Amino acid sequence: MSSKYELTHLQALESESIHIIREAVAESERPVLLFSGGKDSACVLHLAVKAFWPARLPFPIMHVDTGHNFPEVIEFRDRTVEQLGADLIVASVQELIDEGRVVEETGPRASRNRLQTEALVDAIDKYQFDAVFGGARRDEEKARAKERVFSFRDEFSQWDPKNQRPELWSLYNARHRRGEHMRVFPISNWTEMDVYQYILQEGIELPSIYFSHRRRVFERDGMLMAESPYLQLMDGETVFEADVRFRTVGDMTCTAAFESKAKTIEEIIEEVATTRITERGASRADDRVSEAAMEDRKREGYF
Amino acid sequence: MTTVANLQDMELVRLATTGSVDDGKSTLIGRLLYDSKQIFQDQLEAIEEASRRRGTDYLDLALLTDGLRAEREQGITIDVAYRYFSTPKRKFVLADTPGHIQYTRNMVTGASNADIVLILVDARHGILEQTRRHAFLASLLQVPHLVLCVNKMDLVGWSQERYEEIVAEFRHFASRLTIHDLRFVPISALLGDNVVEESENMPWYNGPSVLHLLEDIHVGSDRNLIDCRFPVQYVIRPHTLEYQDYRGYAGTIRGGVWKPGDQVIVLPSGFESTIESIDTYDGPLDEAVPPMSVVMRLSDDIDVSRGDMIARPNNRPHAGQDIDAMVCWMTETPALRPGMKLSVKHTTRWAKAIVKDLHYRLDINSLHRDEGAQELGLNEIGRISLRTTVPLFYDDYRRNRYTGAFILVDEATNNTVGAAMIVGPTE
Repeated sequence: MSSKYELTHLQALESESIHIIREAVAESERPVLLFSGGKDSACVLHLAVKAFWPARLPFPIMHVDTGHNFPEVIEFRDRTVEQLGADLIVASVQELIDEGRVVEETGPRASRNRLQTEALVDAIDKYQFDAVFGGARRDEEKARAKERVFSFRDEFSQWDPKNQRPELWSLYNARHRRGEHMRVFPISNWTEMDVYQYILQEGIELPSIYFSHRRRVFERDGMLMAESPYLQLMDGETVFEADVRFRTVGDMTCTAAFESKAKTIEEIIEEVATTRITERGASRADDRVSEAAMEDRKREGYF
Repeated sequence: MTTVANLQDMELVRLATTGSVDDGKSTLIGRLLYDSKQIFQDQLEAIEEASRRRGTDYLDLALLTDGLRAEREQGITIDVAYRYFSTPKRKFVLADTPGHIQYTRNMVTGASNADIVLILVDARHGILEQTRRHAFLASLLQVPHLVLCVNKMDLVGWSQERYEEIVAEFRHFASRLTIHDLRFVPISALLGDNVVEESENMPWYNGPSVLHLLEDIHVGSDRNLIDCRFPVQYVIRPHTLEYQDYRGYAGTIRGGVWKPGDQVIVLPSGFESTIESIDTYDGPLDEAVPPMSVVMRLSDDIDVSRGDMIARPNNRPHAGQDIDAMVCWMTETPALRPGMKLSVKHTTRWAKAIVKDLHYRLDINSLHRDEGAQELGLNEIGRISLRTTVPLFYDDYRRNRYTGAFILVDEATNNTVGAAMIVGPTE
């Protein structure tokens, strides 16, 4: 930088995110941080730790567990929580199914992805959380491009895109009635590249599935799905071994891998810099349903 | 394209664009994103597919910026959409705002923290009412740099005469506003002339393309580095063995250059102290400037809480309960009227307030002041006097966009219903 008074883009983004996190905590009664184990939530968690240092994290961490997660991600989640000495809440989709409160899809394409929303909304009600941090970014998807940093949810956790609060300067309005809450997205203005650059700069740890590894996979709808007990093979699908990695972390039934040799964050950054497919397009079967798939799920309370 | 190599030397620049669909704004943005390789293959395929379904016979780059289904169905943009692109030197956060008068509140929102605003006009139609409105809003929000893109130059035969006519007309209008830095570029968004690459069709224009301009406009000195302002956001008290007696004040610096050892005053208490240390997770800082998020520790054990303002004893903000401000009203009901009670959020401080007076409503097209106005409706702008229940510690908006602004919140619905730019104490 030409002057010591100028901030790099990562410093500016970090500073904005820390401001948002502190503001949400100052203006709410019961905040919680959603942690999927993915790179975006790892980034938000790191920012939250920085925001309150040297004090401990002033809120618990919540994981929405579909029961169909990558074991590497669960291991990473537990290790991270233990290192921080943080409180972990697990919102379990399996429990909802066992209690008969939701019905699971069946068939070879069955996924618990949609049930995540139920488990999330259920846990928000149960613990009466009124500020819920998420790692969503506006560059991910076009419905997200129009969502506020402080996104108001009514008592049914629904998002109304046409009735959002104007958000000006750095003045966030977190006011809500009992039963309503705010979803807060501290890295709204970060791109996938910013996240990786920040992970490199800060030495943030990621689950091993982000890096190239040998795995048994099969091809479905042009995407490579991991072989697992949760996905049944359909006619014509065969399992083979390949060097793959994942670009996002989600349920095993809807998160696809792709062939890659990138074994370090530096190599991932080079790969992201030259890729021509968005991360959701490349690896999320759940966004392929319709042109407005994300918009519809967000309205229902998805994060 | 950003890589590992330029990790450390990119600058963040906030940009707002406005203009109507007819001005080719979406095409310009689509091209900036496309040419800086921020449009991905699957997004492109989705647009191709959507264009085909809608019976458009060309690739409609405008579809990239129309996010919500309701917008696509109606062919309009309802809300502010955020886009991201970067060049080797800069990362841009682009707030794309719709141009129609109904969406004044969206432009105000998008421009509120923009470094640069980009306004488009159609070279065939020249300066329209809406162009004047956009320029006025950019000036009201004190966006430091305004770039007027004269688009569709291909449709006026690349005419230098037409371009200069528009430039002259705009300059004449802009002389009535406060615009610190004004630039003009003749372009064809559709054909790409002067968007990224310099145009071969307009040899008479020697200036930079839009992208080169965006890369070069100096924005670092737009911050206020003179008046030290630190609104206290959160008090950090670890209660751990290692940091038993630690008491730090977390916040974002909104003005000035801060150093350990500096004399400070805490408002409203008026207690003075010195800065013991400026802490961050990465270690203490020798110096801190806006907009860094830091934790300040003071040498004396004084009572400081969220909503307080730390400043310098010899350079304090205004402190007061009677404030004049320009307000943009953002809701249909209720209308803003004298006597109305609202909540105010200014920096990290909340107060209740009563509207004492509506001085005038401003016609944002003609700049005429209607002093007989009884109320402000949705998207209307006017000057009000306000009395707050507790003092605010503020600067004039012209001097500081962060300590000079506040939002108005309806206590019945909790909605944000107004955006205010402080003019000064009520006289």
